[in-house]
Amino acid sequence: MTMIFGVPMAVLSGQLLIGVINGAFYALLSLGLAVIFGLLKIINFAHGAMYMLGAMITVIMFDALGINYWVALFLAPVLVGIAGMLIEYFLLRRIAGQDHIYSLLLTFGVALIIQGVLTNIYGVSGLRYVMPDVFKGGVNLGFMFMPYYRAWVIVVALLVCFGTWYMIEKTKLGAYLRAGTEDSQLMQGFGINVPLLVSLTYGFGVMLAAFAGVLAAPIYSVTPVMGSHILIVVFAVVVIGGMGSIGGAIITGIFMGVVEGLTKTFYPPASSAVIFLVMVVVLMIRPSGLFGKEA
Amino acid sequence: MTMMKKILTSAVASALLVGGAQAEISDNAVKIGYLADMSGTYRDLAGPNGLKALEMAVADFGGTVNDAPIEIFTADDRNSPDVASSTVRRWIENDKVDMVAGLVASSVTIAATKVIEENGKLGLVNGSAASSITNEHCTANHIHYTYDTYPLSVGTPTAIVKEGGKSWYILTADYAFGHSLEADVTRMVEANGGEVIDTIRHPFPTPDFSSFILQAQASGADVVALANAGADTTNAITTASEFGLTQSGQTLAALLLFLTDVHALGAETAQGIQLTTGWYWDMNEEARAWADRFMEETGVRPTMVHAGVYSSTMHYLKAIEATGSDDAQVVRKHMMDTPINDMFAKNGRIREDGRMVHDMYLAQVKTPEESTSEWDLYKILRTIPADEAFRPLSDSKCKLVSNN
Repeated sequence: MTMIFGVPMAVLSGQLLIGVINGAFYALLSLGLAVIFGLLKIINFAHGAMYMLGAMITVIMFDALGINYWVALFLAPVLVGIAGMLIEYFLLRRIAGQDHIYSLLLTFGVALIIQGVLTNIYGVSGLRYVMPDVFKGGVNLGFMFMPYYRAWVIVVALLVCFGTWYMIEKTKLGAYLRAGTEDSQLMQGFGINVPLLVSLTYGFGVMLAAFAGVLAAPIYSVTPVMGSHILIVVFAVVVIGGMGSIGGAIITGIFMGVVEGLTKTFYPPASSAVIFLVMVVVLMIRPSGLFGKEA
Repeated sequence: MTMMKKILTSAVASALLVGGAQAEISDNAVKIGYLADMSGTYRDLAGPNGLKALEMAVADFGGTVNDAPIEIFTADDRNSPDVASSTVRRWIENDKVDMVAGLVASSVTIAATKVIEENGKLGLVNGSAASSITNEHCTANHIHYTYDTYPLSVGTPTAIVKEGGKSWYILTADYAFGHSLEADVTRMVEANGGEVIDTIRHPFPTPDFSSFILQAQASGADVVALANAGADTTNAITTASEFGLTQSGQTLAALLLFLTDVHALGAETAQGIQLTTGWYWDMNEEARAWADRFMEETGVRPTMVHAGVYSSTMHYLKAIEATGSDDAQVVRKHMMDTPINDMFAKNGRIREDGRMVHDMYLAQVKTPEESTSEWDLYKILRTIPADEAFRPLSDSKCKLVSNN
């Protein structure tokens, strides 16, 4: 068997694939953060809570109403998106134009409240979500056993990432969005409802987080604290990619998944720190991030 | 002469008073502090429901012992040893707390028991796992009640090696508790003729285990053992099931698993897993009766830690009732002299190192077909006798044990 640094080639290929799958999650989550920061200049610390809400709503809707995975994949993000728009309308709008730290603290507070209330009701052991029957099992790729569900995650996450990038960078709606945040008065003069556009953008950003949450529900332990663990990692990913760079968030997300996966193979104890190590190095060499515009 | 008589009488009287003070309850109240993780990873296995168990014990005493009211203080240690020591110090110095209950994360317990020892109070440890709490970290001021890592390594690994699981691959949480469990298990596997072929130390906490499970599968080991706890364990089990680990002929062994973890996983995912526990709610009539009361209070079935909190508090209050004192050493001595026979343990006894030794149980998670209700999750495979389950005193490094 071919060996690379003492690790069989077959094991390594498996780890690379796993890295890409985890990277797809990071990409989806950091994409939402990047959209919200890039267009609205809001540092959304409630992003982890929105991811958690997506997963929790999926489980709760199934338990209480028997709503299946496919409906949840659409409905949970929409519900979370609406909640996000309400947060934007009633809270974030009041501090628009203030220093970034205000939005950071406000969204962090909102996240703590949501997390605290749900912990009180559901505890932290995790809720059960049974994987849909179509995804049960997997296929042997020769070098690893690939569960069908993980394959589905990678395909759908990458499609959503690409679609979002395309919409913002290449369509007329995206152009309005970008223009509205550059110079809102001018856009309003053209008859565009900028406040609505802002609400929709925030709602869309948190929808992406909730979508990642639904994807996570069948494979990770669904608990009220699941978002707080992943939030810090995702912020590091966004910083590495360059705050606000949408394409950068996607590419960096996948790349960091792979870097983390390789660390888990060669030196597992460092696997939770490696992303932050990369962040430090990137900030030293390119303070605006890999794909950020120089300030 | 009368003067002399007066002095003598008052001397005798004051001597009587001082002597009598030991057999009295300080501040005319028994004050108990409940310190636990109330909001984090270990919330469900102890947490607010452990406080409920404590309150049930106090209520069973009618809220008073020998006419002295029982007061309960409570705090969230947030799994931080610093928060734990400062809270316990404040309780003892300002609130005159006599006993600290709960005590979950091992690092928290080691920090808290130091403060308790300095101040001559008593700690009843129920949630913690590390066996070092009554070994190198033992004090004359605490008792470790429910379980520890030693019986966890005796129960499950021995049974699995005997069934033919000879080569082991261990996934270890990379901190004190994981290391001590890994060491205990390795010793036990080798003692039974098995072999640990590799270990992975993973960060605590790890949300995604797919990479580690894949490596464990590639190793070809007979047994993949999880030396971790809480969400790490449930995540690893879910991922192992998704990647078909057991279908490919490997055995999955979770070394520390609480009822709340198994409930969260569900019988479908967790079926067949063997685990070691200090107590199970459905193991006998007495346990069931208490678990029914607990369920009425909380809506869930109790873990072994909840049962341990209730049982140890009852044992503590009974000792105060019998001795008429809440002095830590008087109470501890009486607790050691009295065997424990209740819904938690039969013939349980507290050794000089503070370890409460009692029978432990090797259990297996039922299949969905065997399970008749939401919480009907374990079948007991074997009772591990107390003397076999816990570290023998002859191997003890505790300063209180006479052979040291």
